Amino acid sequence: MAGSGTAHLRPDGEAMLRVEHLVVEFPVGRTGLKVNAVSDLSFDIVEGETVGLVGESGCGKSTTGRAVIQLPPPVSGSVKLDGVELTDLHGEALRQVRPRMQMIFQDPISSLNPRRRVRDIVAEGLEIWEIGDEQSRAAKVEEVLETVGIDPANGGRRPHEFSGGQCQRISIARALVTEPKLIICDEPVSALDVSVQAQIINLLGDMREKYGLALVFIAHDLAVVKNVSDRVLVMYLGKFCELGPPDVMYANPAHPYTAALLLAIPVPDPEIRPDSEQILAGELPSPMNPPSGCRFRTRCPKAQDICAEQEPEVREIRPQQWVACHFPVEPGETLDFASAVT
Amino acid sequence: MPAPPTDGPRDDGRDVLVQPASEALLAPERDGPVVEGDLVAAAATDTHASTRALGLGAKLAMGWMGLMIVLAVFAPLLPVGDPEKTITLDPPCPKVQTLGRTLEVCEITGLGPFADDGTAPGYLLGGDGNGRSMLARLVYGTQSSLAVATGAVLFGMLIGGSLGLIAGYFGGRVDTILTGFFNVLLSIPAIILALALVAFLSQQSAKGGQASGLPRVVILILAIGVVAVPLLGRITRASALQWSQREFVLAAKAQGAKHARIMVREVLPNVLPAMFSIALLGIAVAIVAEGALAILGVGVQPPTASWGNIIAIDRSFLTSGSPHVVIEPAILIFLTVLSLNYLGDVVRARFDVREAGI
Amino acid sequence: MTDARFAAEYEGPLLEVSDVKTYFETDRGLVRSVDGVSFTLERGKTIGIVGESGCGKTVLSRSIMGLLPRRGLVRQGSIRFEGNELIHLTPKEMRAYWGSQLAMIFQDPMTSLNPVMKIGKQITESIREHLDVDKDFAYELAENLLRSVRIPEPARRLREYPHQLSGGMRQRVCIAVALAAGPKLLFADEPTTALDVTVQAQVLDLMAQQQSERFMAMVLITHDLGVVAGRADEIAVMYAGRIVEKAPTSVLFRDMKMPYTQALLSSIPKLADESHVRLATIPGRPPDLVNPPKGCKFAPRCAYVQDRCKEEEPPLTPSTSPGHEFRCWFPVGTPEGEAALERNKQKGLRATEALVAADTVET
Repeated sequence: MAGSGTAHLRPDGEAMLRVEHLVVEFPVGRTGLKVNAVSDLSFDIVEGETVGLVGESGCGKSTTGRAVIQLPPPVSGSVKLDGVELTDLHGEALRQVRPRMQMIFQDPISSLNPRRRVRDIVAEGLEIWEIGDEQSRAAKVEEVLETVGIDPANGGRRPHEFSGGQCQRISIARALVTEPKLIICDEPVSALDVSVQAQIINLLGDMREKYGLALVFIAHDLAVVKNVSDRVLVMYLGKFCELGPPDVMYANPAHPYTAALLLAIPVPDPEIRPDSEQILAGELPSPMNPPSGCRFRTRCPKAQDICAEQEPEVREIRPQQWVACHFPVEPGETLDFASAVT
Repeated sequence: MPAPPTDGPRDDGRDVLVQPASEALLAPERDGPVVEGDLVAAAATDTHASTRALGLGAKLAMGWMGLMIVLAVFAPLLPVGDPEKTITLDPPCPKVQTLGRTLEVCEITGLGPFADDGTAPGYLLGGDGNGRSMLARLVYGTQSSLAVATGAVLFGMLIGGSLGLIAGYFGGRVDTILTGFFNVLLSIPAIILALALVAFLSQQSAKGGQASGLPRVVILILAIGVVAVPLLGRITRASALQWSQREFVLAAKAQGAKHARIMVREVLPNVLPAMFSIALLGIAVAIVAEGALAILGVGVQPPTASWGNIIAIDRSFLTSGSPHVVIEPAILIFLTVLSLNYLGDVVRARFDVREAGI
Repeated sequence: MTDARFAAEYEGPLLEVSDVKTYFETDRGLVRSVDGVSFTLERGKTIGIVGESGCGKTVLSRSIMGLLPRRGLVRQGSIRFEGNELIHLTPKEMRAYWGSQLAMIFQDPMTSLNPVMKIGKQITESIREHLDVDKDFAYELAENLLRSVRIPEPARRLREYPHQLSGGMRQRVCIAVALAAGPKLLFADEPTTALDVTVQAQVLDLMAQQQSERFMAMVLITHDLGVVAGRADEIAVMYAGRIVEKAPTSVLFRDMKMPYTQALLSSIPKLADESHVRLATIPGRPPDLVNPPKGCKFAPRCAYVQDRCKEEEPPLTPSTSPGHEFRCWFPVGTPEGEAALERNKQKGLRATEALVAADTVET
């Protein structure tokens, strides 16, 4: 799995955000080595669509989200927002497009400045862009706070006086205030209690409808991703694995890695006993020295010689479902991951 | 505490401000990645921190510093007399050689309101080697010592703080260059650097401006300030580096804020407490530094008094019968440095609680 | 270390916790973190303790272990381990139990390992504290231990520092350290919360295997009902310092009575659900443990709440199934409960709407 290709992209012009051949690398100290965080990843989003990016830590999903908003810019590849090539923009030109794409982070504590008032945090976007006068700004902040479920009367308080869920709402308000078209949500609910998580997921759904937002929803919890996404992209070690609508993909995962992820999720049902053979074995290979060919082959029960030699290309296996794998999983097939690693 | 049923978005939680709750505050309840409880506790902790009464030590230290500041600011208004008025005695007293000058021993009159032999007018804290009132000298000395120390630290904070903020925020090559600059400054022994700077600045200002040359106090502020730059710079850099990696800084970048705005609005307010706590210690160090320069003869120039030069001028009397001339300013320096150190710790502790709370 | 207390075969349950209270004195008043919790645990069994953060589950486990800071601490009730009362023991006396009888693993393996000490040294120190063996033998044991927790190349790992290992590997090392002296009871406090799903599955699987090999009992503390569903024999749901429902796992999921358990379960997004379904939520937040509400602690957030709930706290009531107890006046799935829910629905109570707005899971 873990392959490349652009077959799954929709025609240019249809997509609001089009990411092609995205490559992000980080040098490791002065060793000359580099971490291959994202390698040749392509995907697109149409207006109002939510794409879920899933994978384990180290798969490059957060890096992808940040590369899209050019913080930091990718090493190579193309990121087009409404036809404008963002990787060509620098300095002031890049700054000018920023209000159209925003970001929400995982840690609600770290993502709010502890020394500023909530009202000022939310108003920051308006002040940077000098949108409206003082009064209309205050009105806008009030409106957005109200929408995300924070009483504007508490706008004078500082972040530490709010709970984690409320801080996440404030982050959402901050992202919404400049009326962006695209929001990158980087694990926005993974730091929250389940009951609060549900509130934030519902809120994001409401905001999406209300403002017609497109979302890149980065998460490691496949059930959460399924709930919020129109399409889900599974990544492994910086590579594309599988893309498809969650209802289709979860029913018949074509990539062995997708299957492994789905099987690993603990199900709140005691009748379903976890099966140790179906647990993905082994460790994530080092992103500094990824396996040749398909990057998943070292842990894949279906791997053959060709997987080491040739990187699989993205192809459509079922309508709307795209996979990068030489030997996709058949519906109903059981995989013995334990035997894959010796 | 129940959420009052309100309308609005369908889900919950709105409006309910965190009521301080939860055991998380005391017991390390680290439930999952889940932060709710911790935050609640954080709120509680913070509330306590802001209302908690200061300890006795902190009160004493603040009281002492308050007294010193009052003495310094209102010196001319206080009934302490003229620090430069010399009393000459009749008959003349035996002379001693000190610091290349000749002094009359009996000018150093005894302690207490009355002179020991009834001939000299009594000074509250005794007199100095020139028969001047120690009380007046000390009060005016407070003025110049604090002015030099505070001025130097402010200068250091302004320059070092700005450079440190820039280094920590941008990182990378900017950081390498600025840190290198700090390290070069730090590698020169502080006292030698200060001495050289005083010498250089005095010479320059004398050359350029005759009578309108820089006052010695300003020269000292600059000299000690430059020495303080790398120290404050490095502290600020470390703190700025840490805060610049927080996600709210990334969020500000994503919103299109310019670097200067992010540095001033997002990073600086978080770095200030650390800078302030170090600045208090810095003032203490600068007071001692001025004293050291005075002993080397380049401190505040007589007849203007400073704690340092009071000790420097009459230090030979420490062993010749009138140790109070040295001991009195030493006690002032000791208590002031102690208070500043203590207050620095208090500031740091408060800052830490707040940090932990967040 | 052998001790007369542990030598004799004790017939009763391994752990009997009865009416344990753990309070903390603070400036704000007494925080009732754990307020009258009772349960028993048999040898080799697993009890799952589930609840949101701040419900007291972590404090409960540390209170049983005697690991809480003593300043301002109030502990009452009885904790009997193999018949021996632990609650009054000093930390010094508890040392005889720690490691060899009771052990604990934590959520964040990085903080429970010493970052500047090699793995091998950390494990052998723990071994040599309990067993009178020389250094070489301890290293051999450590290597075997790492092998048993399925760490590849254990000999090399022993010479490495914690930061050189992945999160999953570190948690395995923590498990190895905890298991080093062969404890009879293991407390696992959110052992997999910081890990990826596939690694979580590996670690949970490993724990289950070690547990059955060693016939060790386990207290599994988590906020994730999914984690305990497949792993625990019995589940206790905690809310505001009390157990609000306790039942054998299969009974709990089939026949939950407490509205809180229901709400907790329905707020989890399920893989089987279609995408974009609205999730049930629990409005409001857990109560202040200094001034908890008078009646049922969950009443302010409950979809089934009636006037009686706000006045009178329900006792732990046995249900028809053996071992199933719950605290509720209007239990889920009973005629009274359904009637209460219906009334609230008509009144438009927010909590009820939050629960019902989503396609509520069948209960």
